[in-house]
Amino acid sequence: MPETLNISLRGGDFEAEVLKDGSGPPLLYLHGAIGQKGWAPFLDALAERFTVYAPYLPGYSKSTGLEKLDDVADLTLYQFELLDALGVSKAHVVGHFLGGMIAAEMAALSPSYVDRLVLAAPAGTWRDSDPVVDLLSMSAEELQDNLWSSASSSMSISPADFEANSRLKEELAADRMQDLTAAGKFLWPIPDRGLKRRAYRIKAPTLVLWGENDRIIPPVYAEDFSRLVAGAQVSVIPNAGHLLMIERAEVFAGAVSDFLS
Amino acid sequence: MKLCFFHLMPYQDLPDNFEKDYHSVWVDAPNSLFDPEKGHRMYNDFLDELEYAEAMGFDAICVNEHHGNAYGMMPSPNLMASAMIRATSKAAIVVLGNSLALYNPPIRVAEEMAMLDVLSGGRLIAGFPLGTSMDTIFGYGQVPATLREKYQEAHDLVIKAWKEREPFSFNGKFTQLRYVNIWPRPYQQPHPPIWVPGSGSLETWDWTIKNDYVYCYLSYSGYKVGKTILDGFWDEMERQGKEFNPYHAGFLQLVAVSETDEQAQEYKDSIEYFFKKSLHIPAGYANPPGYRTVKTNASAASATTMQSRTKQHTDFTWTDYLEAGNVIVGSPETVVQELTHAVKELRVGNLMLLLQFGDMPKELAMKNTTLFANEVMPHVRDLWSEYETRWWPEKLMSAAHGAGR
Repeated sequence: MPETLNISLRGGDFEAEVLKDGSGPPLLYLHGAIGQKGWAPFLDALAERFTVYAPYLPGYSKSTGLEKLDDVADLTLYQFELLDALGVSKAHVVGHFLGGMIAAEMAALSPSYVDRLVLAAPAGTWRDSDPVVDLLSMSAEELQDNLWSSASSSMSISPADFEANSRLKEELAADRMQDLTAAGKFLWPIPDRGLKRRAYRIKAPTLVLWGENDRIIPPVYAEDFSRLVAGAQVSVIPNAGHLLMIERAEVFAGAVSDFLS
Repeated sequence: MKLCFFHLMPYQDLPDNFEKDYHSVWVDAPNSLFDPEKGHRMYNDFLDELEYAEAMGFDAICVNEHHGNAYGMMPSPNLMASAMIRATSKAAIVVLGNSLALYNPPIRVAEEMAMLDVLSGGRLIAGFPLGTSMDTIFGYGQVPATLREKYQEAHDLVIKAWKEREPFSFNGKFTQLRYVNIWPRPYQQPHPPIWVPGSGSLETWDWTIKNDYVYCYLSYSGYKVGKTILDGFWDEMERQGKEFNPYHAGFLQLVAVSETDEQAQEYKDSIEYFFKKSLHIPAGYANPPGYRTVKTNASAASATTMQSRTKQHTDFTWTDYLEAGNVIVGSPETVVQELTHAVKELRVGNLMLLLQFGDMPKELAMKNTTLFANEVMPHVRDLWSEYETRWWPEKLMSAAHGAGR
């Protein structure tokens, strides 16, 4: 069972809710725009080999202080302060979408904090010909559908997993007004916030993972990261959508563990 | 009672199946649907209608700002106000208004409104809407989480720019200026009256009352739904210990007058065009995450408007619109009766009348305006005559019209 840490930063300006479990080298997992709903199975798998810290970003769940963060630089500095407060001087950083963008920014701004870097469907660049979907105008139903590899993809998995996924879909959609308020601050209207000017500073060995059927940010964006980050490996996971770490938890956790070990 | 003639300047020639074939009237309706030659005719018709309203004795003529849509073709209401000022002399010019957060730097608003005020010799009423989510978030790429903060900062800057007589510097979060020194400054001192249109946000009520501005509720849900919102505003006034004055609030109402109740069917097509085409807006554009606060979204007033909006735009027919009060329709007697009832229920002193809506042709708009002015206006003019407004251009107060109205 993961424990929940409540970390106070900058004299109480920020209260961070951090999920923690496992043992081994530290691993910071940063969730995406629609947040995380508790401790997911892929985190369990990673916790077998790493000490996993999975904070809720400010504005998500009970983590506070969103109004004190003006831009991506602020949110990135916040992560360093969180690691300091956790007593972690260097960690593997794994980030999904918004979290992937912040993970890449961390590695660019202060390379000494980041051991190895895994970017799962990271935001941070823009292609006019393949725009990232407009999450803000999506209804709850559209969002639920588009997060997965296809509207019916959950049918091919076991009944228990199907049930769990259906429940998760509802939870993700239910909190979307709060979660996307926070995400909008760093991703809207265009998620290109200058990472391309700073990515040359990334020294951490980097793995870029993408769901083959990602309908939020298409896999063609992986090309941006292989171009921007020297030596980055790219791996596309078949039969996975935007929530690749949920839909293909074992494959995802396996790829991450192998890369980090 | 202040009777204000309001115009949206809608695009009037959307295809018959627009609401089925297109996703939205706003944000993503392709401008291939806009015919510039027809647009030319529409703009000039609409300005004729506004100028005619002044001639027929309306206290004010009103324009507003919207972007990227076929609902209202005024990305710059100031341009229209400017044209109206030159063609009129008696009516207040209500620009309702400029969406403050969209101007960079926002002193552009202070400058242009000062120009309008000076040009009109002090007839301007300045409106400061936050702007719909379609205009601000989707059309102008504003970040929902910071829109209100940006709006308030811009407001503070504009007010200061109007009041200060010496150059000053401004170090804001969203705007930084070494020199703020607007030329011209407003004709009215210290600045034109300020009206704030809102849609039931709790924060807007509070802010409007604290600043002593007029709160305007511009919905098309009619006075029955509007009462929920206005009651909320008046309750908040009372909570803050403010003295009641009907001129502290404004309300917009669609009205259609004919010779008889039966004859009023002539407005049926325009009504349906307005609600089904001009207001064809998907929920995702109307309320994106962060545009309204969590507190407002959870409020009863918010639920009321969102529900009624959805239903009215899809399922309603002519008789439903009449029954719900979306539009007050009928013979002059019927309209006088229902409008008087609505105004008393809402307790509003500034009534904005939408007499042209949807694809209503110019002749019908002119007829509606004439009948309203001749047959309805005399019977509602003196409502609230026991109160005095302090949110009206002073110059027009001392003119022909009496104190209250």
